[in-house]
Amino acid sequence: MFKWLHPLAKPETVYQLCGRLYPWLLTAALLLLLLGNIWGLAFTPPDYQQGDSYRIIHIHVPAAIMSMGAYSAMAIAAFVALVWQVKVAQWSVLAIAPIGAVYTAIALITGMAWGKPMWGTWWVWDARLTSELILLFLYLGVIALSGAFSDRQTGAKVASLLAVVGVINLPVIHFSVEWWNTLHQGASITKFAKPSIDPSMLWPLLISILAFKVLMLALICLRLRTAILVNEQHRPWVRAMAGDQ
Amino acid sequence: MVALATFLQRELRLLARQKADWLNPVLFFVIVLSLFPLGIGPEPNLLRIIAPGVIWIAALLSVLLAAERLFKDDYRNGVLEQLVATRQALWPFVFAKLISNWLSTGLPLVLLSPLVALLLNVDSASFLAMLLTLLLGTPLLSLLSVLGAALTVSADKGGILLALLILPLYIPLLIFASAAMEAAAMALPYYGQLAIMLAMLLVALALVPFAVNSALKINVS
Repeated sequence: MFKWLHPLAKPETVYQLCGRLYPWLLTAALLLLLLGNIWGLAFTPPDYQQGDSYRIIHIHVPAAIMSMGAYSAMAIAAFVALVWQVKVAQWSVLAIAPIGAVYTAIALITGMAWGKPMWGTWWVWDARLTSELILLFLYLGVIALSGAFSDRQTGAKVASLLAVVGVINLPVIHFSVEWWNTLHQGASITKFAKPSIDPSMLWPLLISILAFKVLMLALICLRLRTAILVNEQHRPWVRAMAGDQ
Repeated sequence: MVALATFLQRELRLLARQKADWLNPVLFFVIVLSLFPLGIGPEPNLLRIIAPGVIWIAALLSVLLAAERLFKDDYRNGVLEQLVATRQALWPFVFAKLISNWLSTGLPLVLLSPLVALLLNVDSASFLAMLLTLLLGTPLLSLLSVLGAALTVSADKGGILLALLILPLYIPLLIFASAAMEAAAMALPYYGQLAIMLAMLLVALALVPFAVNSALKINVS
């Protein structure tokens, strides 16, 4: 496996790989997004209880799932960066962080927009809401830390360290918030009781989740390419490429 | 062990000479606490209800205030760089920082807790819980602030950044500490919350020194 992974430590290879993958991923993401969201927003039957409001799950749920997926991807990259000192992994931490932060923000905002008609309030200090908010703070911490050093390399390393520390802390935050909430108030309106979702609603949701995932991969490719170019701008291969075009 | 004692002696001597470093956070703690009754109103029952949260938020903020200067001087005058350059183990230095940080910020909060209990009209059952949570929680605060200070030691704008990094990590502690005090106020058992705080403290004690070690090395290299 290492034989197969090893070329990926070389920035030039990753740059070209990302360049080849990006158009495919972007096309697939846009097609899936159109299919999943149009199907979900326009062609599924309305919910018997929530009416049309539930349709926001086609954006909310994929963003929420991928906000956590992005964090685990970032943490794995950070771990690789710290243990094996792989520079590409370091840069991908910084490439993933803003995408994850935006996904988290989308999940929070769409959740609030759904909560207003359903719960009658924009914000409840529910366990899930609170841990998602803290996840956003962790992303912002990684982004802010990476930009706080005059040396870009140090910033990337320290941000990787924070991402790894955050992943240890993530379950602690999750469970503490869950217990805190149940200690204080009975779960009445805040429970995401999911009556086994109807297949007609499930399929567009699954397609939307896949679309958000592929979109995230495409965006990571784009950002990673830029990061590689910025960090390797004095290397011969970048100069040769810039000279060619 | 000899190295630890030497470093600890040095830290304590520095603390004895720079009294403002540890007196200001303690003063800040008392002032923040006295602002709450002024802002919310001096109704004793209301104060008793909000006391658990208020005490812990004030403690978090005052510890944060002290955290910023933890490694700054050692970084500026080159001590840190020399330490890393000697390739000796960093842990005696890290533990000396931890112990001196707790002695200068955590211990004063524990000692001040009777006064705080009087100010906020806390009854004796909750006071015991408050004392226990402060005893278990302040070492954890020290661990996390040492970690935050180590991450940001060579950053240009450390201060605000430190708050952004550390406060999310403090949240579990805040939740369990105030839950324990609230349970005590309602005469319920609160050993579960204390046990979880102790568990968090032990896990942090095992893992944080490694993270601090590599953070310091990254920052000075």
